[in-house]
Amino acid sequence: MTTVEQDMSEPRTTGQVAARCEGLRKVYGEGETEVVALDAVTVAFAKGRFTAIMGPSGSGKSTLMHVMAGLDEATAGQTWIGETELTTLGDKGLTRMRRDMVGFVFQSFNLVPTLSALENITLPMDIAGRKPDTAWLDTVIDTVGLRSRLSHRPAELSGGQQQRVACARALASRPEIIFADEPTGNLDSHSGSDVLAFLRMSVRTMGQTVVMVTHDPVAASYADRVLFLADGRIVDEMADPTADRVLERMKAFDPASAKEA
Amino acid sequence: MLRNALRNLLAHKLRLLLSGAAVVLGVAFIAGTLTFTDTLNRTFTSLFEDTSADVNITPKAAFETGLAGTGVTSSESSVPESMVAEVAEVDGVALAAGFVQAEGVYLLDRDGEPVGTGGAPGIGTSWAETDEQLGIATMVEGEPPVGRAEIAIDTNTAEKTGYGVGDRAAVLTPGPRLVAEVVGVFKFGDDGGTAGAAITAFDLPTAQEVMLEPGQLSGISVISEDDVSDDVVADRISDVVGSGYDVKTRAEQVEDGAAALEEELSFINTFLLVFAGVALFVGSFLILNTFSMLIAQRTRELALMRALGASRRQITTEVLVEALLLGLAGATSGLAVGFGLAYALKALFGQIGLTLDGSLRLTVDAVVWSYIVGVVVTVLAAYLPARRAARVSPVAAMRADLVTHSKPLRTRTLIGVALSVVGVAALLAVTLPEEGSGLLLALGAACLLLAAITLSPVLAVPFVRFVGVLLPRLAGKTGHLARENALRNPRRTAATSSALMVGLALITGFSIIGASARASVDELVDDALAADYVVSTAIDQPFSPDLADDLREIEGVESVTQERYGVALVEGEQDFFVAYDPATIEQALNVEMASGDVQGMAGNGVLVYESVAEDRGFVIGDELEFVMPNGESAALVVGGLLDDNAPIGPYVMSLETYDSTGGVAVDRSLYVDVADGIDAAAVKAEIASAVDAFPIVDLKDAEQFKDEQRGQVDQMLMLINALLVLSVLIAALGVVNTLVLSVIERTRELGLLRALGMSRRQVRRLVRLESVVISLYGAVLGLGLGIVLGFTLIRFLRADGLTETAVPMLQLVLFLVLGGVIGVIAAALPARRAGRLKVLDAIATE
Repeated sequence: MTTVEQDMSEPRTTGQVAARCEGLRKVYGEGETEVVALDAVTVAFAKGRFTAIMGPSGSGKSTLMHVMAGLDEATAGQTWIGETELTTLGDKGLTRMRRDMVGFVFQSFNLVPTLSALENITLPMDIAGRKPDTAWLDTVIDTVGLRSRLSHRPAELSGGQQQRVACARALASRPEIIFADEPTGNLDSHSGSDVLAFLRMSVRTMGQTVVMVTHDPVAASYADRVLFLADGRIVDEMADPTADRVLERMKAFDPASAKEA
Repeated sequence: MLRNALRNLLAHKLRLLLSGAAVVLGVAFIAGTLTFTDTLNRTFTSLFEDTSADVNITPKAAFETGLAGTGVTSSESSVPESMVAEVAEVDGVALAAGFVQAEGVYLLDRDGEPVGTGGAPGIGTSWAETDEQLGIATMVEGEPPVGRAEIAIDTNTAEKTGYGVGDRAAVLTPGPRLVAEVVGVFKFGDDGGTAGAAITAFDLPTAQEVMLEPGQLSGISVISEDDVSDDVVADRISDVVGSGYDVKTRAEQVEDGAAALEEELSFINTFLLVFAGVALFVGSFLILNTFSMLIAQRTRELALMRALGASRRQITTEVLVEALLLGLAGATSGLAVGFGLAYALKALFGQIGLTLDGSLRLTVDAVVWSYIVGVVVTVLAAYLPARRAARVSPVAAMRADLVTHSKPLRTRTLIGVALSVVGVAALLAVTLPEEGSGLLLALGAACLLLAAITLSPVLAVPFVRFVGVLLPRLAGKTGHLARENALRNPRRTAATSSALMVGLALITGFSIIGASARASVDELVDDALAADYVVSTAIDQPFSPDLADDLREIEGVESVTQERYGVALVEGEQDFFVAYDPATIEQALNVEMASGDVQGMAGNGVLVYESVAEDRGFVIGDELEFVMPNGESAALVVGGLLDDNAPIGPYVMSLETYDSTGGVAVDRSLYVDVADGIDAAAVKAEIASAVDAFPIVDLKDAEQFKDEQRGQVDQMLMLINALLVLSVLIAALGVVNTLVLSVIERTRELGLLRALGMSRRQVRRLVRLESVVISLYGAVLGLGLGIVLGFTLIRFLRADGLTETAVPMLQLVLFLVLGGVIGVIAAALPARRAGRLKVLDAIATE
């Protein structure tokens, strides 16, 4: 697991925070069917760090990510990406923010089937009408090891390769922060560890910021820090996680012992 | 199973709505077309059914001349008034009344313009007691007319002119011009329908005086006693009046009328039939297409059920029950919508001056075809994916990234190429010989159309690539994505565009024919017209010969040539003839002769089209027997052969012959030649003022004459286009439907693009561009197909006077633009939907 010594103190100055939220609350439904997905969550993601969010099903981990990435609206509270407060932005602002500051990696790859691997990678910049930084693009492509597959369509790539394309797409525009939603959920363990190693490398050597939602302790062990969510609240966190420690912590969420959280 | 099917239908509301919409649209198109054509037909037939007496006695015609009221009557004979009393004596006759009826009677409106000359004749009639009892006409206001100073008018005319009881109105008759008081307004037939004709009624003596001659009648109508059959009464009357008269029962009159109508309207009927065929085709196509687009989604769903243990049979049953319900509901609403469409079309026709009196009626045909297409095609369309699903292994079908592996297009290409070869060969064969066969033409056109539909997916790829080169330049990545989307499933692109293709092919074809007809008319007028002016009514209605006499009085007028025409049995075959004064014809028209001289028509001479003479074995010097409808006959000698492109024919005789065989003394056209070297303007002014005294006729110089002739072509085209617009409208709605479907199908992908930072506007543009590309593809294919069909038809019709070929470039470019515009409009709704997709929902959709 991680062997590099990390500075574990939480960076609080805005210059070093890639994204944060304060008093975040998200409620689905109304009245009797009301479900509180997030309840007064306050958290910050430091720049240049790899954070995993864990929790049992329904704990609100995906919702937290969606709201912080500007994909979903908060019921109350504020979120920022870099210096920008998302909660004040309209659709146009959110769109631009997603385009320019956020990278996404989804569980089900979500590549555009009509475009080649390379076209998929440069898609966010193409949408924005920006020229990709060629040198950076080359670095990214070489890192994910897809140079020989660039002209292939997604259907011609394996699942692992598709997810690596998705990672490269998230990285290519040098976003402020990358959100990954169960990136290994649809992959076998070998392909999965490739993708995770790549995400970690992008943080270590390229200085990127990655926030990953997962329920897999092994995947979480690749991160620098793990946040544990339960019933819409952050209940714990762990620095320098190992798979075993994470698994141990997760066991505490068994229904029988849930109340202690 | 039924409950499951129902639940399944409701579970996918939007999909249900869209596939339902396809059924409704398809059926609406069919029901609308069939209902409308039925109305069109009955507008004419109802005239016969409503307006026949129990028994009618008319002068015997030597042969049936076709539909009365078409203006092609050359000679009329009459029944003596004394016969009324004889007929009234006959046992079984309850009432006998003489009547007089003639064309060429025009009521003038308050502006002094004749009523109803836009496309229908002015008819004069006597008010007969029997009419009211028979329900032929019912006085709804005022009194029957008595004496020269009183007239009655029909309800349509009253409405058009605003005349009511007590108003004074001028009437033009073949005889004198009358000013009379409107004393009555009557309803003609059951529904007041006159097919646009304006009817003016006089009392019998006045009618005789202005339209026939005193003591003479056009015929006698009889009401038979209730306890005697019409047949018996007719037989008894026949015995009394002798063989010189036709005695016909109501049934016979209707039958004759219908038979004549069938002949007269055969062109329209053929056209409407073709159109109904197109409607059936487009309607079925739309339904099949929409369902085929749902295949992928549906296949996966059904495969899941298979995996869960449903038997093939269960799945098939469920799908069929579902489709049956959908088809029934869709066909029923489609029928209603179609009825509405027909109503709108009828209103549209009314707007352009063609009143259709036949009330809209739901015909058995419309209902049967609606349900056949709605239910059978829907069930078939739904069954295909079910069968497919049954074949795909459940596991393979359930894979998340299920790609509908399309079968290679090779078989399709082969079939398409074979069809086009047959089609082109058939069309070439049509153009080669002197007279191509209509059947071959239909075969060629059908083959080519099917070939276009078959090959459409194959051609879509190069087309979209080609056009698509521009898209990324115009719209960057959005353009690129739009192109790729259009290319993604060539079958779908082709299917979406094919309804549009069919519609535009037809419109293009007819435009080319229309433009060529106009050009041919121009050419014909330029070549043929020798006179300076033409005087005629807008629709070749007869008018008084007094005008010709008046014009001859004017100083500076060199000659006035009268044109009259009619039909005759020529050596046993019915044909059309024209009559002129041989002394002046050469100043009126340039008549090209194949052999012999124009003057060969003088005296008892006759000129014949070369081709007709060839067909029938006539040579110069032959004596031909002409039998007129009134039974008079004349032996005419072939004095020359007309070039087939000559403006007149097939037979041209002298005015002398026409008059001596009892031709009616009314003119159809006058050709006025002005002497050279005089003050043309002054002469024209004098001619104009003489013509003004006859409001139904117009004075036209060569240009105006051309305009008028072109106007007739235009009106015809307008009718055709009104129907075709319907098909394009349906096609456009089909494009909307398909696009909405494809947006739904791509919800996830569009959501992804939004997540990656595509703005709403960009997503809308993406959908719009794709739609434009697809529509343009349909438009281009349609234009190409239409041009080929148009040219072939022109070649086919060249014997009928389509001598010139003209391509209305501007119009064709407009159609292409129209294709693009349809794309933009059709995309409006789907693009909005795509833009509004909630990013998260879209990504979460599984």
